[in-house]
Amino acid sequence: MSDLRKMIIDGAEIDVDPGLTILQACEQAGVEVPRFCYHERLSIAGNCRMCLVEVVGGPPKPAASCAMQVRDLRGGPNGEPPEVKTKSPMVKKAREGVMEFLLINHPLDCPICDQGGECDLQDQAMAYGVDFSRFREEKRSSIDPDLGPLVGTKMTRCISCTRCVRFTTEVAGVSEMGQTGRGEDSEITSYLGQMLTSELQGNVIDLCPVGALTSKPYAFTARPWELSKTESIDVMDALGSNIRIDTRGREVMRILPRNHDGVNEEWISDKSRFIWDGLRRQRLDRPYVRVNGKLTPATWNDAFAAITVAAAGKKIAAVAGDLAPVEAMFALKQLVEGLGGAVECRTDGAQLPAGNRSGYAGTARIEDLDTAEMILLVGTNPRAEAPVLNARIRKAWLHGAEVALVGEAADLTYEYHHAGNTISALTGMADKGVSDETKEKSTIVVIGQGALIGDDGAANLAEAMRMCEVSGSKLLVLHSAASRVGAMDIGFTNDSALGALNEADVIWNLGSDEIEIAAGAFVIYQGSHGDRGAHRADVILPGAAWTEENGLFVNTEGRPQLANRAGFAPGEARDNWAIIRAASAHMGHALPYDNLAQLRAALFAAVPHLSSIDAVPENEWTLVEAGQASSAVLRSTVSDHYQTNPIARASEVMADLAKLAHERALPVAAE
Amino acid sequence: MLRRLHKNQPDSFEFSPANLAWAEKQIAKYPEGRQASAIIPLLWRAQEQEGWLSRPAIEKTCEMLGLANIRGMEVATFYFMFQLHPVGDVAHIQVCGTTSCMICGAEDLIGICKEKIAPNAHERSADGKLSWEEVECLGACSNAPMAQIGKDYYEDLSGEAFTQIIDELYAGKVPLPGSRNGRFASEPRSGLTSLTAHAENRQAANMSVSLATEKGDSISRITEG
Repeated sequence: MSDLRKMIIDGAEIDVDPGLTILQACEQAGVEVPRFCYHERLSIAGNCRMCLVEVVGGPPKPAASCAMQVRDLRGGPNGEPPEVKTKSPMVKKAREGVMEFLLINHPLDCPICDQGGECDLQDQAMAYGVDFSRFREEKRSSIDPDLGPLVGTKMTRCISCTRCVRFTTEVAGVSEMGQTGRGEDSEITSYLGQMLTSELQGNVIDLCPVGALTSKPYAFTARPWELSKTESIDVMDALGSNIRIDTRGREVMRILPRNHDGVNEEWISDKSRFIWDGLRRQRLDRPYVRVNGKLTPATWNDAFAAITVAAAGKKIAAVAGDLAPVEAMFALKQLVEGLGGAVECRTDGAQLPAGNRSGYAGTARIEDLDTAEMILLVGTNPRAEAPVLNARIRKAWLHGAEVALVGEAADLTYEYHHAGNTISALTGMADKGVSDETKEKSTIVVIGQGALIGDDGAANLAEAMRMCEVSGSKLLVLHSAASRVGAMDIGFTNDSALGALNEADVIWNLGSDEIEIAAGAFVIYQGSHGDRGAHRADVILPGAAWTEENGLFVNTEGRPQLANRAGFAPGEARDNWAIIRAASAHMGHALPYDNLAQLRAALFAAVPHLSSIDAVPENEWTLVEAGQASSAVLRSTVSDHYQTNPIARASEVMADLAKLAHERALPVAAE
Repeated sequence: MLRRLHKNQPDSFEFSPANLAWAEKQIAKYPEGRQASAIIPLLWRAQEQEGWLSRPAIEKTCEMLGLANIRGMEVATFYFMFQLHPVGDVAHIQVCGTTSCMICGAEDLIGICKEKIAPNAHERSADGKLSWEEVECLGACSNAPMAQIGKDYYEDLSGEAFTQIIDELYAGKVPLPGSRNGRFASEPRSGLTSLTAHAENRQAANMSVSLATEKGDSISRITEG
């Protein structure tokens, strides 16, 4: 940024980086330039022509500001800085002309269009257009391709900005959409009308500046101005994508991404975006107690009484699931450990080193992937575990980073060097060492849960950390559960890991539906959905889902973020921490906090770094002990991306997606 | 014009050995990572081989260049010179219908096509030998009206001359390209008015016509690359 160029925008002088486009320079100067096709995270197309500006001294015609760099501007004859006008009569006329052309084939169906109220075309037609049309001919008609269960199409509204084509090709890494034909007959379509296969396809709905691509599950259900908007955090994967939850009354109507350059940029995965129908189904809305082998509805007092009786003098253990907020886990840990029991969060058997934050959260930030020159993936399929993170690795790859994979090969949407299936490939690399040149480079090792589960998990982690030391890399531990890093932060672990469950007489299950609990123990299931965990329960305590309570989540890089309440839990379901607090009083071991603020104060006193919301703490590098590595093939823990948690399993949309993904994976039947 | 793939598609497409060698030579012209640039020459050669572009041909070309199928589809549907429907086995007649030709009688020629070949453009004649379409300006305005068949121009056409060409094509003969009113090229009909010295000792016919005469073929689709 040392070499700044002086230029004049609308009479005001400004210093800008000559590598910027005029449009970006205008943004820096605080001048609004209307645009449709330009998007800061996509390549420049320059085909909508809405961003026309007047370049003084240039050719006597308006220039597309999104496609012209500041360094290409010529100054005046006497050394004056180059000048750009965005409010001149020429620009006004040009914008009106472009808008009139765009509206030639655009139907006047705003009243029945889902984009109405949040439509770029609508807004810009109001701001920069004219109030009449000279077009008297027939409008274009077009065929709406079926892009699958998520993206609805209404192609007469399309203004051919090609943002969707560029997104699917560049960011999502699947070249499935394109613009065929030419002129009036050009159409945005997928190849031969096939459905999209990307896990990020929902983002094209946000990108579409008009109502051509809309959300199918949300179609015709609400208008943007009647929705309450809550800024929150996604828990569908461990990335902690920033989201906005739009609710009407109690119901979540849709979920949209928020921009966070350090986490999800401005994308979210389809699972995060379309999960909300799962929040309405299979909900636990009242407590249940098992009487004579049958779960029967009960009051909260009955349920707590049953727990108090069952737990009196017994050995108790608690296990936390993938979606539990830190506060609830903290309260549960204090309750259970206060009663002399043990707690455990590593439900998938991952050998994460308790207390060693560099070993369970790593030392790399997600942002570091952008500048990484080499990325080594170990035992992970980021496309299935965190699609948005995968898009980020793809971005690094597009910028020239080399990617290598140790573990089972998969289609990751970018090319990588497949070093081997087993950990021995990594051992080989670490033994061989790296050249000084490579050591200079910015490198990251990403280790997935696939390498950490099982008996040799600790040994695999030790190998990965050794590789980091050898190559001077940073370590990123890619989790598949949103709650895991937070749970590890508060020490929701015990020395015998899941073994503690076998010894316990009473098991408090905080929303873990993925574990098998052996017969015999008395199980208290606290969660939001009637999934597997609830079936194997003696007492069910209905808790809020993550959109229905305030909660703290720590993402996979170790960044604490706050999820906010967007609505209230159904029926008698309550905030998870409050349930535990109430139960503790019944069990004669009342926890010392009466509201969330007090709980958080206690939490932050115990784990200070959690109070720095949205900051990634530096973790002290502590090696884990090397162990005996096995020759098992490292497989991702996520085999069915769309069905990883109880909310997803309750969602019809996710079921559709899982079915389609399954069908795609089947070998094509011989004809 | 809305362009779609033809409803009847062949099962597969392969370049002939000679064309494959040619295609590989084209691909090699571009630096590593820029092979996609060879898409138009390859699609064109595939069309020259088959007469039209089928879906397997587009997919095969994309596969050779490491491109997604949709990218090939975008190119093939964008350029009108790529035929997405089967054309006549013998020839595909492209009648120029832009201003000069239209004024000089292109509509009559199109009428002849409709009568003698098929009622609609891009349809094959009953015996499958010929097909026709109206195209935009082919740049031979001073020889209007004209038609392109294969790689050659048939110029200064009258209805009779055009009918005769079509009849010859049906009969399996090879009509000679060039002007039908005795002109060498696009000089005034009454003869050269300037640079008259060039008229002395020149060939009997222009290059395009002589080449066709020499090869005894005017409609063969492939020339040596």
